[in-house]
Amino acid sequence: MSFMQKPRVSHSQLPRNELGLTTRDYEGSMSTLCAGCGHDSITAALIQAFWELNIEPYKVAKMSGIGCSSKTPAYFLAEAHGINAVHGRMPSIATGANAADRNLYYLGVSGDGDSLSIGFGQFAHALRRNINMLYIIENNGVYGLTKGQFSASADVGSKAKKGEVNQQPPIDPVIAALTLGGSFVARSFSGDKGQLVPLIKAGIMHNGFALLDVLSPCVTFNDHEDSTKSYAHTRQFYHPAVHADFVPQKKPIRAAYDDGESMPVELHDGSTVVLRKVSKDYNPTNRARAYSYLHEHQKRGEIVTGLLYIDEDQREMHDISNTVSAALRDLPYAELCPGSAALEEIQNLYR
Amino acid sequence: MNARINDFVIKIANVNGTGSASANGLLMKAIFRMGIPVVGKNFFPSNIQGLPTWFEIRVSREGYLARSGRVDIMVAMNAQTYARDLADVSPGGYLLYDSTWPRDKQLTRDDITLIGIPLAQMVNQQFENIRARILMKNVCYLGALAALLDLDMRVLEELLKETFADKQKLIAGNLKAIELGYQYAKQHCDCPLPLRLEPMHATAGHIMVDGNTLAALGCVYAGATVGAWYPITPSTSLMDAFKEFCERYRVDPETGKQRYCIVQAEDELAAIGMVLGAGWNGARAFTPTSGPGLSLMNEFIGFAYYAEIPAVIFDVQRVGPSTGMPTRTQQADLLFAAYASHGDTRHVLLFPADPAECFHMAVAAFDLAERLQTPVMVLSDLDIGMNDWMVPKLRWDEGYVPDRGKVYSREQLQDMQVFHRYTDSDGDGIAYRSLPGVHPGGAYFTRGSGHDRRGAYTEDADEYQDVLDRLRRKHDTAKALVPAPVVRSKKGVKTGIVSIGSCDAAVREALDILARGGTEVNYLRVRGFPFNREVEEFIERHEHLFVVEQNRDAQLKALLLLETKVERRKLTSILHYGGMPMDSRCIVSGINEALAKGAAA
Repeated sequence: MSFMQKPRVSHSQLPRNELGLTTRDYEGSMSTLCAGCGHDSITAALIQAFWELNIEPYKVAKMSGIGCSSKTPAYFLAEAHGINAVHGRMPSIATGANAADRNLYYLGVSGDGDSLSIGFGQFAHALRRNINMLYIIENNGVYGLTKGQFSASADVGSKAKKGEVNQQPPIDPVIAALTLGGSFVARSFSGDKGQLVPLIKAGIMHNGFALLDVLSPCVTFNDHEDSTKSYAHTRQFYHPAVHADFVPQKKPIRAAYDDGESMPVELHDGSTVVLRKVSKDYNPTNRARAYSYLHEHQKRGEIVTGLLYIDEDQREMHDISNTVSAALRDLPYAELCPGSAALEEIQNLYR
Repeated sequence: MNARINDFVIKIANVNGTGSASANGLLMKAIFRMGIPVVGKNFFPSNIQGLPTWFEIRVSREGYLARSGRVDIMVAMNAQTYARDLADVSPGGYLLYDSTWPRDKQLTRDDITLIGIPLAQMVNQQFENIRARILMKNVCYLGALAALLDLDMRVLEELLKETFADKQKLIAGNLKAIELGYQYAKQHCDCPLPLRLEPMHATAGHIMVDGNTLAALGCVYAGATVGAWYPITPSTSLMDAFKEFCERYRVDPETGKQRYCIVQAEDELAAIGMVLGAGWNGARAFTPTSGPGLSLMNEFIGFAYYAEIPAVIFDVQRVGPSTGMPTRTQQADLLFAAYASHGDTRHVLLFPADPAECFHMAVAAFDLAERLQTPVMVLSDLDIGMNDWMVPKLRWDEGYVPDRGKVYSREQLQDMQVFHRYTDSDGDGIAYRSLPGVHPGGAYFTRGSGHDRRGAYTEDADEYQDVLDRLRRKHDTAKALVPAPVVRSKKGVKTGIVSIGSCDAAVREALDILARGGTEVNYLRVRGFPFNREVEEFIERHEHLFVVEQNRDAQLKALLLLETKVERRKLTSILHYGGMPMDSRCIVSGINEALAKGAAA
């Protein structure tokens, strides 16, 4: 809702990345979300991450569905194409777009209503197909645009602003992603930019479907006492299990990591994520262990965050279907049409 | 009975899952290869094994491709449906049955000839394997029919060898079964029957194939690279065929990698979403479906209309409403497709009448979708999609260049001050689009929410209406771009038929029958929506029009009333909607009755 044009101011002192761009070049139009909305912090983290990765903004395709979170792609990367699909259907749009051109960066921004209720099926299947994209769920446990109904991620016992108490068990996208075979499963908090930015970077560079669930409190409808998705509650029960540092391709990995505590995981493009375990008994490359760790901590009401699971060897959709490396949309017609001689040959079958 | 050469109907009643389809296909193709026009209709259940199935072959020296309504020879292989099959035989006809078991003596007719052949007995003596016994019984009646009808045995043998070229072991067994039936009939029956075959030269330059296969081939030739789908009868074989063609013609010879991407979606909502994602990103993408799938796609179709994203949808129509009868044919998605989705929407539709048109309209659909930046739906049906039709051989124009529509290139965007996605700079209602990842200047936000001509979000009445009115102008532009109707008319004739799709064969036969009775009727077959000027003109030229279609609610008539200037009193409906392919009788009697009442006088 760009009712107000955002001025493009450039300070000569702003640092420039390898492309000579400042973070300003990664911004979009003015946010129309409520002041203090967690989503705006995620937008800022995205701007930071893309800038640090030296990605040309127009090489990114921003996809979203419907809801507050789905509005945010207008607020960053003004030079990138964006598409606001119908409610809960962004994963299929992303799948098709990715099928047409595997060489762009795909970023999906969704919410807990968009992904865990109306779009749960599409979310699960995009993940299962391992579409090469970063998929962010800006998770606040509540429907903001329709003024405060519980979403499917609301915790049992969490109280709505008007006093209603949620009785139904929540759907946890991280647990779901782990059990559905996700190749990159992470959780973070909009209030922890230090953790969020490297996770976004690793997710973008991951070769496959990177799920990043970001707790992002709704200041208007779900930030009160007795809400389990408020800033206060999230801060209190926040439990980082793994820290992820993203190391770009060109930089040598420091040898200083302690073997038992850190673990470098090389990504497809040659960059590396170095995982530093906060919790000693956590292993982010073991799906079953990750699951049981999450489960145990969840029972205690803790919110486990970090890069919780990664498998860089899982094949993404195009690798599985053996597609050519060039974008299908760019193939010359001569390579697609079998021609008149082949048509003769084919029709002999029907004689 | 007088000899009826190359003009009769064979109907084979069987149980599904017994391999009868391949035996019946062989019979039909052998007749085709004898140069005799032939058409086959498969009436199969929505089931894998054990339910009744029928295959009807019409041999027509005149080249009529609709059903005739007659059954001259019934091959009754299904005890379950025997009574009904016996009753179906036209007077003077024949019924061939398996005389291995006693026939119900209660069930008989003295106006037809019964031919008993101990199929099971002969086959069981020759074959050990249980499955072979079941399959070979069907091949055995093929042999008997060959003798009774004077089918060219060399042609049949040749076909059999081609069919089983990859399974040499099967050839000997099949030939043996044919021989059993053939010899028995020769020895015990008066062969050939007065109904019989004689070689002709009327099928040269023709092929025998179903519409789903040719629609798929059209997608390959159009340069489609992304196909997304969810399996649904009767459209499934379209994607199967696309995959087969691609495996053969779309693999990079050096790397062995695929120049296409097929995604089997989790449902039709996702299938159309994938098509739109790919279309938005510049690939030619399509999805085949049928009524229930199209219902699910509604929301996204409206999105594509409003956000202006090209997409091609094949709706192989089956009987509705709801699940309806999945293996029966109908044309009842017409109105729903024309205005699919909520809000003011209207779509471009194409109506093929046979498999050859499925090929050409598939190619046209991609050109139209990209030219008009909108979903284009090809409304085929089960009869066209799944039955083999005799159609003229396809020719490919090597000079064909896909019409990718108005898309700004990187260079154009570079030289541009500012790009506005939804501005009509050419006055035809079609704006220029840009593709993701091409140039920063082309970036815009695609949305299904209210937007102005620049592509920005709006809740302003004038800005919203500006875009909506342009979309209407764009749809009017489509009138001149969709395929023109096929018209058969004589000067001075004031009565006409307007029809659509697979009714064509029945209408053409009806026209000949009516002409022989002294009634001249003109004919227009619509091939696209929105209706072109030629449709308006044809309607204006005629005083009375019969609208022939396969649905209960006269949907084509309704669409004509809504979208042309036609006066209601001019139109009379002839409707056929039981799910079986249409034959000429209901058209002839409908028109004769109306004329007798003086409706068109």
